[in-house]
Amino acid sequence: MRIPYYPGCTLKTTAKNFEDSAIAALKVLNVELVELKRWNCCGTVYSLASDDLMHKLAPVRNLIRVREEDGSKVLTLCSMCYNTLKQANLFFREDKEASEKMNEFMYRERDYEGDVEVLHILGFLRDEIGFDQIAKKVKRKLAGLKVAPYYGCLLLRPGEAAIDDPENPSVFEDLFESLGVQTVDFPYRNECCGAYQTVDQVDLVAERTRKMINLARSIGANILATSCPLCQFNLETRQKDVKGKWTDFEEMPVVYFTQILGAALGVGREDLGFELNLFNPSELIYGE
Amino acid sequence: MENRIGVFVCHCGINIATTVDVKAVVAAIKDYPGVVHAEDYIYMCSDPGQGMIQERIRKKSLNGVVVASCSPTLHEVTFRNTVARVGINPYRCEIANIREHCSWVHSDRAEATVKAIKIVKTVIEKVKLNEELTPIAIPITKRALVIGGGIAGIQAALDTANAGYEVILVEKQPSIGGHMIQLSETFPTLDCSQCILTPKMVEVGHHPQIRLYTYSEVEEVSGYVGNFKVRIRKKKRWVDFDKCIGCGICMEKCPVEVPSEFEEGLAKRKAIYIPFPQAVPAKPVIDAAHCLWFQTGKCRICEKLCPTGAIDYEQQEEIIEEEVGAIVVATGYDLYGMENIGEYGGGRYQDVINGLQFERLLSASGPTQGVVRRPSDGKVPKRVAFISCVGSRDPELHKPYCSKVCCMYLTKHAMLYKHRVPDGEAIVFYIDIRSDGKGYEEFVQRAQEEDHVTYIRGKVSKIYENNGELVIMAADTLSGKPLEVSCDLVVLGMAIVPSPGVEELIRKLKIQVDTNGFLTEAHPKLRPVETLTPGIFLAGCGQAPRDIPDTVAQASGAASKALEMFGQEQLHHDPAVATVNEDICSGCGLCVPLCPYEAREIEVIKGKRIAVVNEVLCEGCGSCVAACPSGAAQQRNLQDSQLFRMSEAVTIK
Repeated sequence: MRIPYYPGCTLKTTAKNFEDSAIAALKVLNVELVELKRWNCCGTVYSLASDDLMHKLAPVRNLIRVREEDGSKVLTLCSMCYNTLKQANLFFREDKEASEKMNEFMYRERDYEGDVEVLHILGFLRDEIGFDQIAKKVKRKLAGLKVAPYYGCLLLRPGEAAIDDPENPSVFEDLFESLGVQTVDFPYRNECCGAYQTVDQVDLVAERTRKMINLARSIGANILATSCPLCQFNLETRQKDVKGKWTDFEEMPVVYFTQILGAALGVGREDLGFELNLFNPSELIYGE
Repeated sequence: MENRIGVFVCHCGINIATTVDVKAVVAAIKDYPGVVHAEDYIYMCSDPGQGMIQERIRKKSLNGVVVASCSPTLHEVTFRNTVARVGINPYRCEIANIREHCSWVHSDRAEATVKAIKIVKTVIEKVKLNEELTPIAIPITKRALVIGGGIAGIQAALDTANAGYEVILVEKQPSIGGHMIQLSETFPTLDCSQCILTPKMVEVGHHPQIRLYTYSEVEEVSGYVGNFKVRIRKKKRWVDFDKCIGCGICMEKCPVEVPSEFEEGLAKRKAIYIPFPQAVPAKPVIDAAHCLWFQTGKCRICEKLCPTGAIDYEQQEEIIEEEVGAIVVATGYDLYGMENIGEYGGGRYQDVINGLQFERLLSASGPTQGVVRRPSDGKVPKRVAFISCVGSRDPELHKPYCSKVCCMYLTKHAMLYKHRVPDGEAIVFYIDIRSDGKGYEEFVQRAQEEDHVTYIRGKVSKIYENNGELVIMAADTLSGKPLEVSCDLVVLGMAIVPSPGVEELIRKLKIQVDTNGFLTEAHPKLRPVETLTPGIFLAGCGQAPRDIPDTVAQASGAASKALEMFGQEQLHHDPAVATVNEDICSGCGLCVPLCPYEAREIEVIKGKRIAVVNEVLCEGCGSCVAACPSGAAQQRNLQDSQLFRMSEAVTIK
């Protein structure tokens, strides 16, 4: 299966390990990600002002790119790219007047008709591949892992853009179960990581990180998995700030779920990019 | 008959007069053909206003009256009675609605005035051809059906029966008592719910005028006000009530245990069971879905042990037909399911319970004999959180309305918990405290000041379990700080929702529910216990969330509405119904399936098929009149000839 793929900026830089591991893992599942020939910024934070059309242009332009290549679906990995494209698409479909205005503004582009379906890799794995099929491809038993799945906000909110029940999601847990990987019932899994507060309110995000990692540790987890580069950055990098203040704090690796998925499916270690993780999880994952 | 019509234009204070130039209306109508008198007055419905109309009728020998005022649903009856008292047939009086249809919905005074004049002219044309009619008499069966045996149904049944009329009370559960019998103590006086309700239940059970059908459901309702025919299905209970003496030996020896509905799953009952000791009737039923005999073909222990041979595995369903004149619908409520609230665990945590479960924990006859013990490990909780508005007041995700009783019962819960566990801590999370009944605010104050219940203004965002404790994440919106509190037990004030099965019942009764599934009253203020279907009345939480005092008052109101009917010799039905011209009717039958009241049917009269009208059933909706291809169907006082003249009055200059 070939599917159009929108990467976004982070996956080409600090989250390269997310992209690499996803591509390699999907290859095992016979899925080829076909990166769009042209793409631009996803728009990052989706503007909630309904008359703020300017900030909705970037995601819509990406959807036009998908149509240019005759795609009807587009797959995203980064939670934020997913959320921005998904919400802009829903807005475009629902608000006729705004969508006409946006099409007129982008008069050099072909008209967009709201007809692209925006997918996140987790929903794609669940709905189009099937966890039972994934289970059949598992090569390696990752017995040493006890994962705290971390959804953050962008996969689940607002409800109409969510890939799962916002208050009681299970897609991460179900995926890990199919891989034979243990998870914990992580209460903070859909809490906020602190997002962009990390820029000028380091203490606030560090405090959230401390609470989350400590709780995950106390209920038996030894690794945290996410699909959001910003969550990954905050919860991993801010552990250094925590350690600076709380010397008895015990750090925990924070990985992209695709790194665990890849390891379970037998993807080569060189494709999983552990060197980009601040706390290298190889030992935990491979039990070495 | 020469038409001598009087037109009376009402100001309705400023309601009409601000937007409509009433003087201009009078001036424009004064010389209209057929009109011999026109004038305006500030409040036409007042005594002087009505007196004025009567005086003009006498003096100017009027034989038709048009009152230009508010909607006919408000004052048509008023003015028809006014003219009837001075000898004019009431059906020669009509209302021109220039308030709801004109002044209230327009702002341009000049245009509204033009429209008001047109409205008045159409109604004058209608009155010109109005016939003098007499109401249709209907006999009444002076017997009431009450659906639902909670406190609302019990009260309505007792009031009606004590006035000397027969009552049929139908309850789908094995016992009457409803949710009220599950409660521990009741706010704001803290009297024991069972102590105040069981005497009424016993009275129902023994009342010579009440026929009680428990474990039964209304199967079918036909007929009309004063003359309903009801089919009641008595479910198979597998126990012959005539033989059963209620000794209870069958329940003692039954080997099957299932979660008790009455104890909200906090205790077990047997497969043959009486839901609770004070049940009325105090005779068991067999739950066939769990009974070993019905499920595996083995056991029959109850049959062997029954001293009177009352167990009957061959028992059949029974259909009972009853005729009644009035119906009181008291179907009650249920709690919104905890599985809907994912952020509070969605029912996954044993120690997150709903209000009814906590009532059972507080009840002296409950699973813990009134000692507050949490379900998971039986420990007496030292800190309990009570959360209000769970699923209520949440238009985006759950129910938009306020469930009304939660503020008060959670306060009562916190207070009773403190009485039982004096060194415990009770925390109530609230949005705002609604304590608007008699003695209610004092009750909340008492909980705060004497029982030291902590109140935190803020909604709980999440509950999770950690190390056997429940952690509550919330915000204290008065101090503006986020909070995390560990508790041993959490009680959720779940939204109140209509009982399941109401949807099906309302189709049988042909009554309506609102967007939230609550039964719709005929008028939210002035006809709160009636439905739009004559002869069907409402009581209790089936209509809207309410507490016990309000329910009892409303149930008495519904009973008094039934009694008001029963006090009359016969009922009167509006004569402005459909008629059929038998010479023209081709008997095509198009009108028969269209009639929502089953008032039209084909009869063969002198060898000719005629679609006749049952005048008693006809509500005058006009569907058949509009559909009749030959014009044989006409509506009294709204004939085609009238409609043509009414439209001509405003379309032809």
